[in-house]
Amino acid sequence: MKFTKQTKRDLYTCVMVILFYVVIQVLDKAGVLSFHIKGLLVPLCYYSIAAVALNLVVGILGDLSLGHAGFMCVGAFSASLFSVAVKESGMPAGLRFLTALIIGTLMAALFGFLIGIPVLRLNGDYLAIVTLAFGEIIKNFLAAVYLGYDEEGLHVAFKSFQLKGEGKMLINGAMGIQGTPTDSTFTISIVILLLALFAIQNLVNSRAGRAIMAIRDNRIAAEAVGINITKYKMLAFTVSAAIAGTAGVLFSHNTSTLTASSTYFGYNVSILILVYVVLGGIGNIRGSIIATAILYILPELLRGLNSYRMLIYSIVLIVIMLINWAPAAIAFRERYGIRAFIGRKRENSGKEVS
Amino acid sequence: MCAMLSVNNLSISFGGLRAVDDFNIEIEKGELYGLIGPNGAGKTTVFNLLTGVYRPDEGRIFLEDRNITGLDTVEINKAGIARTFQNIRLFKDLSVLDNVKIGLHNIFTYPTISGILRLSSYFRIEKEMDERALELLKVFDLEKEKDSFAKNLPYGKQRKLEIARALATGPKLLLLDEPAAGMNPNETGELMDTIRFVRDEFDMTILLIEHDMKLVSGICEKLSVLNFGSVLSRGKTSEVLNDPEVIAAYLG
Repeated sequence: MKFTKQTKRDLYTCVMVILFYVVIQVLDKAGVLSFHIKGLLVPLCYYSIAAVALNLVVGILGDLSLGHAGFMCVGAFSASLFSVAVKESGMPAGLRFLTALIIGTLMAALFGFLIGIPVLRLNGDYLAIVTLAFGEIIKNFLAAVYLGYDEEGLHVAFKSFQLKGEGKMLINGAMGIQGTPTDSTFTISIVILLLALFAIQNLVNSRAGRAIMAIRDNRIAAEAVGINITKYKMLAFTVSAAIAGTAGVLFSHNTSTLTASSTYFGYNVSILILVYVVLGGIGNIRGSIIATAILYILPELLRGLNSYRMLIYSIVLIVIMLINWAPAAIAFRERYGIRAFIGRKRENSGKEVS
Repeated sequence: MCAMLSVNNLSISFGGLRAVDDFNIEIEKGELYGLIGPNGAGKTTVFNLLTGVYRPDEGRIFLEDRNITGLDTVEINKAGIARTFQNIRLFKDLSVLDNVKIGLHNIFTYPTISGILRLSSYFRIEKEMDERALELLKVFDLEKEKDSFAKNLPYGKQRKLEIARALATGPKLLLLDEPAAGMNPNETGELMDTIRFVRDEFDMTILLIEHDMKLVSGICEKLSVLNFGSVLSRGKTSEVLNDPEVIAAYLG
């Protein structure tokens, strides 16, 4: 079978992820990895997944969303709720986690769809602000809600209440959900990252993906060639929200306590993910993963430097940005980069033949 | 047999300005029809009315026997009107081939899910799309550039690509908005050949807006002259261009 250039590029991305997985496994077997590093692997995966999902909106659709932490939050809470509710029912752990993943993804998709209806009428800065607001609303709602069941049935309230007789608090306000089974493993996370890559890359390189990019490049022309703008904007936004939701499920099943606090689901997290996307290259799926890997691990490795940590982090951000986008740096890469070297070789050999 | 496009009493106002006033036109199948007039006469507004960008205040638009008045842009494109733009509007960060394939969006379809899961219909339809798009690119002598970004094409080729993309949507009527704008005489000559070729090869009906009188008198069979939103004169090109009113208002 003959692969197109784009398919090859997509495959390389998957190969890169698999290689990373293998290297980590080998290092782990060799006993080189500290407990601290091992704890970073699952978060690395779910932030990568979230970055890839956000790139679908920011890079492929060309709209700025600052609410993706909100969709992670929806995925995390709906899945955790399910897992906690069925924990004692004797459901096998594998099936339970699979169902949790599906529930979290679908719930985030539903929220993405519902929020998309009003929000996608806006463009640019306005869209960014409104998504930011929706993200905050979701987080604050989940931080304020109490949900529990007892002999009288299910109770929902915005203030603490007493359960009568046999029962359980499922969501305990700002205390969140306690006792989520820690089902997320590095292997599962990598598999889900690969699935997310598969879905997004295939979507981008299909009829629907071209329609989405056409809207990004020129909305008026897209409409004039018969592309239903609303439909494809909704599609991109919903798929992106769904995959961010999947990342949220991995998040919530990584630790047993889940709270809707700003540290985990605030707008600063949305912006953190946006930083991964922008530094990895807007529209560049592989870049999102690489940027996440570097920028997530870096501050953790620099922990020993205490207060200098964020200073170094900021400098790295600026340097990456300059290397990526400064005109002089681009010209330098074109002249002396690996690709330019290979290209020149090919050109020369082509001349010899003719 | 009714005309390809017939427009009756089309009018639209923006605030107090009557941008298009009682506009009538009748274009037969296979005709090359020109729409000329001074800047601000309302030519592009007519195009925007025909393609559903604006809804007319009054008047009706028929494409063959179908009333397309008030349909939205997407529906009108599906009904069979395609257009190009005065300021070129390509999908600039996509390849030349993808630009044309986006034009084929409603001609070759498969469900989104079969694209994501790479089912057999994806491969089959994508192959057909590639073939059809390459045919179109070959017609416009763009097949060598099929993998370059649309934004990297030279100006004349961008114009051609825009026409190719419009034709990909399978229109009955093609609207060209100042296709020769910004071209030198050589490029304009080449463009005239291209437009004639498109009419003959694709059996197309073409309505074009143009300021370049050499192009207009060279290829248009009929003309309408717009001035301050209303039709000053219409008819055979040679007659219209010799109309004293037209000379006074536009040609000078």
